[in-house]
Amino acid sequence: MLIFEHSRDERTNKAQLPRGEVALDDLPEAQRRSSALGLPQASEMDVVRHYTRLSQQNFSIDTHFYPLGSCTMKYNPRGANEAAMLPGLLNRHPETPARFSQGIFSVLHELQEMLADICGMHAVSLAPAAGAQGEYAGVAMIRAYHKAHGNHERDEIIVPDSAHGTNPATASMGGFRTVEIRTKPDGDIDLESLEEALSERTAGLMITNPSTLGLFERGIKEIADKVHAAGGLLYYDGANLNAILGKVRPGEMGFDVMHFNLHKTFSTPHGGGGPGAGPVGVSERLLPFAPVPLVARDADGGYFLEYERERPQSIGRMTAFPANIGVLLRAYAYIRMAGREGMERIAEHAVLNSNYLLEKLRPHYQVAFPGRRAMHEFILTLEDLAKSDAHVSAMDVAKRMLDFGVHAPTAYFPLSVPECFLVEPTESEAKEILDHFAGVLAAIREEVDVDPDKIKNAPYTLPVKRLDDVRAAKELDLAWDGERKAAV
Amino acid sequence: MPFIPHTEAEAREMLDTLGLSSMEELFAEIPECIRAKPLEKVPEGLSEMELMRLMRERAAQDESGLRSFVGAGAYEHHIPSAVWELATRGEYYSAYTPYQAEASQGTLQTIYEFQTMIAGLTGMEVANASLYDGGTALAEAVLMAVRAHKGKSQKVLVPESVHPAYLRVARTFCGAQGVTLESVPFQEASGTVDPERLGGDDNEYAALVVPQPNFFGRLEAVEELAAWAKARGALVIAVVNPTALALLTPPAEWGADIAVGEGQPLGLPMSSGGPYLGLMATTKKLVRQMPGRLVARTVDTDGKEGFSLTLQAREQHIRRAKAKSNICTNQGLAMTAATIYMSLVGEEGLKQVAGMSHTNTRRLVEKLTAIDGVERRFDGPFFHEAALRLPRPAAEVGGALLDRGVLGGFDLGREYSDLGDTLLVCATETKTEADLDAFTEALAEVL
Repeated sequence: MLIFEHSRDERTNKAQLPRGEVALDDLPEAQRRSSALGLPQASEMDVVRHYTRLSQQNFSIDTHFYPLGSCTMKYNPRGANEAAMLPGLLNRHPETPARFSQGIFSVLHELQEMLADICGMHAVSLAPAAGAQGEYAGVAMIRAYHKAHGNHERDEIIVPDSAHGTNPATASMGGFRTVEIRTKPDGDIDLESLEEALSERTAGLMITNPSTLGLFERGIKEIADKVHAAGGLLYYDGANLNAILGKVRPGEMGFDVMHFNLHKTFSTPHGGGGPGAGPVGVSERLLPFAPVPLVARDADGGYFLEYERERPQSIGRMTAFPANIGVLLRAYAYIRMAGREGMERIAEHAVLNSNYLLEKLRPHYQVAFPGRRAMHEFILTLEDLAKSDAHVSAMDVAKRMLDFGVHAPTAYFPLSVPECFLVEPTESEAKEILDHFAGVLAAIREEVDVDPDKIKNAPYTLPVKRLDDVRAAKELDLAWDGERKAAV
Repeated sequence: MPFIPHTEAEAREMLDTLGLSSMEELFAEIPECIRAKPLEKVPEGLSEMELMRLMRERAAQDESGLRSFVGAGAYEHHIPSAVWELATRGEYYSAYTPYQAEASQGTLQTIYEFQTMIAGLTGMEVANASLYDGGTALAEAVLMAVRAHKGKSQKVLVPESVHPAYLRVARTFCGAQGVTLESVPFQEASGTVDPERLGGDDNEYAALVVPQPNFFGRLEAVEELAAWAKARGALVIAVVNPTALALLTPPAEWGADIAVGEGQPLGLPMSSGGPYLGLMATTKKLVRQMPGRLVARTVDTDGKEGFSLTLQAREQHIRRAKAKSNICTNQGLAMTAATIYMSLVGEEGLKQVAGMSHTNTRRLVEKLTAIDGVERRFDGPFFHEAALRLPRPAAEVGGALLDRGVLGGFDLGREYSDLGDTLLVCATETKTEADLDAFTEALAEVL
């Protein structure tokens, strides 16, 4: 039932009506709205029940194991939420002058410094509102850098075939052509393919390390040297930073610019798909181009925001107001709670969990890179099941897993591995959860041989059975038309 | 103190399973020469209690008790208690993007309801599942219009009366793709765009941006502007405030092809500037050009109603370099809060919020313009926000007001060199008569 079906004409939620006489006589009749707004009129209890019930139809970290590769679904501490929702921080208008903002600016300044330290970069701008915006900022900085140095012919960005879809999409938004390079059977980048791709047109290379194959790119130093020698810059996609916190820093691997996905590494909530935040780290030579604002300190130690006036070479603003502050506050709280020693422990336990789970699954499924150490995530390929007489696809297995009360891993990504599952348990899951998960996948593997149809028609136990995605796209019902009569 | 459940014995047992003797061996594939130096700027970990003490101290530093009369794109509205109590339930708060539809019906149905409400408010046929904020929504709308334009123009007209920060954001994202944003000046006396003075040939421009109300709170001649655009084959991009939509003609009725706006007034705290909520709605004809997520209603194998993400082929994870946009998330949690807000205040409530906000701003303007030397800067009707000319520089007056506990509005001189004496003021439904009087007294003293 939709919220609109709880609506009755006179069922106004009076407690939410501001009191007072409204005077609109100055608004010209021609500009006044005569049509309905299309909002429901429901009682407050109707609304509370409705959205409580809807919430209960979700899998989430708080309710289910959610081993989504590349998405790092770890526990979201409630303390971080409470800290970010303190009234002094929450009710502040973005135009509040600096003299009334020293508390919040000091937090943001410390966050800039801590992130720069964690990634081994020269400085950090907190401006981008999401990882994808951080990527754009990075690519735009690479563009601005080459332009400032008169290198107008550098119009290509190199991306491995295993990259996140955002990388090539961002490169083309940034006005670049994408050149794809191959990975070798062992999962490392094919250096020959890289060399073929490098030229005087190369603006930069975008990669993540550990890669989306769940592997640490062992040739990273050589790759960095080759790209730099060709005059290109190195962009680090921070999606997998969780695996290497405190162990190795992008700056030390040779990267010039990077973005963080705060939700992945520093556990800000995914919220059903955002809001995120995608701070960018830069080397000294790219700092002039960083997106504004940056939090700076004046001679007296006071904090202030630097905008275009102080940073004329900046690529500009990413959002209308400074940044996704609420998300930044949660990341700050998380980093302060985890602390220096916690950083390494996070990486160690994330990688331990990943390798342990991989070991448990090895007897039942084909591992994409069996000889390699998993770096906080790993890939199973279900190609043998899809090609067998059972014709069970990765998506079928994914749907069946839901019946066992665990979320499915990321399916069909990275694109370079057929019928793949990218599994990432994170550090916040206990051993017995991993054992249970391995048990579920083993049981489903047995079902493939016994009753494949059961898998192909799953799930059975959720609020809905398998949904018709073809119809969803063909008949395209994107908004309720109000014609259905309310159920009693 | 990270959130890690392992006991020492368990970690040991897991390492044994792997045939390893230490955690360090897990990282053996990382070449020694690039191993991290010890962190210097990250302090030792805090307990939750210590963290809360620290954060309360920082927050208290900023609790000035200022009475705020700034709008300028972020608005203080009452947020019903149930909004965030529900939105921060773990099942919403800690869920991921609803890629496995059957396990995400809560988020998916909420998005579908959100899409319906935004389509309703704007009068448009379809809305997406939200973008980052109003500024990025405008940037995406400009790129969308360029993709959709029949004449293949790369030029878009943007009045200077659009929120100046939105224009800056649009510039950040449009230039690299060869899209040009051409400014249209506003009229000195009215603060609005004169449709008669717009020039341009057929198909010269891919789109005209029309803010309603504009950054100064003024109502633009939207129908004439839209007619100008239609006659020349340009699309119309409306930039709207969702609160204003409760009382003003929705953009679909005056000819918009794409409507964008900032959803923050719909139950989101001002939160120092974000996270906010980008709104975008359009016509069925243009839906395949629209960036971002879309949720469709469909059926399951039993014919039961359900919801799933659709038209994902437009998105970056499928289309890669050919995607409509690199946008990856939406503003899930903010969208959830906005949907709950709109449900709680409902049709009548949003009209009353808009009406009281406008009425309070009118009262404030009356009181302030009764002071000698203070007058309305622009002629003609405004909504919910107004520009006032002062006898002294607005920056100076603003500073003096702060000493009297009043955050007196947005100094327009910061963005418009000719408006250094002009303050943009706003009083929402949260302001009492006493608040308005306090501002008035303070301004009288200062001038």
